[in-house]
Amino acid sequence: MMDILVIILLIIGLIFFTGGGVGILRFPDFYSRLHPAGKLDTMGSLLMMFALALYNLHHFSIGDLLTCLKIILIVVFVFLSSPTAIHGIVDAGVRAGFVPWTKGEKRR
Amino acid sequence: MDNIFLYCGLFLSLLMILSLYRAIFGPTVLDRLIGVNAIGSKTVVLLILIGLIYQRVDMFVDIALAYAMLNFIAVLAASRYFQKRKGL
Repeated sequence: MMDILVIILLIIGLIFFTGGGVGILRFPDFYSRLHPAGKLDTMGSLLMMFALALYNLHHFSIGDLLTCLKIILIVVFVFLSSPTAIHGIVDAGVRAGFVPWTKGEKRR
Repeated sequence: MDNIFLYCGLFLSLLMILSLYRAIFGPTVLDRLIGVNAIGSKTVVLLILIGLIYQRVDMFVDIALAYAMLNFIAVLAASRYFQKRKGL
């Protein structure tokens, strides 16, 4: 029962990661490419980490509980730090003077 | 269950190759930075998967935590460094 939940969470996380990878490849502009890089990677890693923490609680012991708490700590850190890093990149792009893409232009 | 973790790791490696295209051929420097950031955030998950495959997850989880911090600091420092350049 627990294994099925773990597998479903892993597959949903992989779907999110696939969307992020395809979005980074195919969006036309620097600013629009940041959108999948910021959101989908955070969500995918959150789901996959929750699945792995859940699998780690399979045979309950104190050491496994500590490892599970560390994985949750990584989730919290990624959830805070990944949007912050993306916001730093956006700030650098705005200060470097990139113009946003509008409809009908060539992709760059 | 081990086979599922192995296939998930292989699929994540494939997605990392997909992001590596943007890191190599990106038109601007900040595009390359996006690719490197995406690879780093996939690596954190891949490290814990490797730990579960080899049954040493208590060791690999510390490495993953250190890698997540290193990825964050590296991207932030690089984007601050390229801040004032015109026409990257």
